Amino acid sequence: MSMTMHVNIVSAEKEIYSGTVTQVFAPAERGEVGVMPRHAPMLSTLKAGVVRVVSQQGEEQTFFVSGGILEIQPHIVTILSDTAMRAADIDEAEALQAKARAEAAMTDKTSTMDYAKAKAELLEAVAQIETLKKLRKKK
Amino acid sequence: MAGAKEIRSKIKSVQNTQKITKAMEMVAASKMRRAQDRMRASRPYAEKMRSVLSHLAQAHCEYKHPYLQHRDEVKRVGYIIISTDRGLCGGLNTNLFKAAVSEMADWHDKKVDIDLCVIGRKAAGFFARFDGNIIAQTTSLGDQPAHEELIGTVKVMLDAYDNATIDRLFLVNNNFINTMTQTPDIMQLLPATGHADTELDHHWDYIYEPDAKQIIDALMMRFIESQVYQGVVENIACEMAARMIAMKSATDNAADIIKELQTVYNKARQGAITQEISEIVSGAAAV
Repeated sequence: MSMTMHVNIVSAEKEIYSGTVTQVFAPAERGEVGVMPRHAPMLSTLKAGVVRVVSQQGEEQTFFVSGGILEIQPHIVTILSDTAMRAADIDEAEALQAKARAEAAMTDKTSTMDYAKAKAELLEAVAQIETLKKLRKKK
Repeated sequence: MAGAKEIRSKIKSVQNTQKITKAMEMVAASKMRRAQDRMRASRPYAEKMRSVLSHLAQAHCEYKHPYLQHRDEVKRVGYIIISTDRGLCGGLNTNLFKAAVSEMADWHDKKVDIDLCVIGRKAAGFFARFDGNIIAQTTSLGDQPAHEELIGTVKVMLDAYDNATIDRLFLVNNNFINTMTQTPDIMQLLPATGHADTELDHHWDYIYEPDAKQIIDALMMRFIESQVYQGVVENIACEMAARMIAMKSATDNAADIIKELQTVYNKARQGAITQEISEIVSGAAAV
């Protein structure tokens, strides 16, 4: 019998994914973590990046999260993200534009506050583009 | 036909009222759909947040966040009360306040003081008259409340909890069950408690990344925000549903009244005609 666990991915706006899987990958604060069933309880913040889940049939699904919190219990994994979406829903043109905008804002150092915000936006845009690249490679 | 004219004008005025209630019903119905969508959309997040918190409350953390520590002695409690801004929504607010007041009476009996934080004009009005110490209030949030607007109000309560002015914090709002039923709900926000889960009933702790304090602080903040936000959107959905029902029954009542008045009017008219005929006949007979 293959071991499984339940994964919930929710964003502040809606439930993105809920299902039984064999493996989860998430962009934790200190690098990507791979989680299998009966993992020790863990709490971590998430960076902007890609979440992948592998279902019982071995199918892989890709999601984008902009950051949030990851909770792991032996048989339940919960990802509370600020914004999350299915990788297929990312608008590439929009992401590239956001990246360009953020880069422009960073070079224009008018105040430190704007800089921090621009940096966060840049990271998010880059992560979105990365997600898309990964998705393409798989196909 | 003296009475007929008055009855006619009365019918006219009831018809006008009916038009207004009908319009309000339709407005509430369309707003309700949107409010429900919003409520359903954010519900999973709030629920998952609650379950994570419930796990966390049972963990034996190396870092004990003050929001998770149970305080034995309770001297003062805080209530965040979420109500509507506008009336004409049936007994929605009244039922909510009744539930809150009966809880507060229990605290009064135990000689515990109460601080209030009210959201919505109706609660502000009610609890200003009721003996309650209102330390923060927000009104006119509109149909699409923004997170930022709520945080300011809630922050006051959290600060009070941080300096141990209050030892418990409760959230009072209406829970949307379906269009016909909304129930008042009182939930303990702080200290956060978990359901007893036998599976987790042993000594364990999380692995933290990057470190326990940072992540639990972030988590607690998000928890409070999400719960209050959920309370507000849920209450808006309740308001719209309750208003729709109230206005529907008002429209139905108006229709009943019109029907009754119409009968009275017809009788008066008939009576007048009969009288006129009998006068003419008796007049002709006399000639």
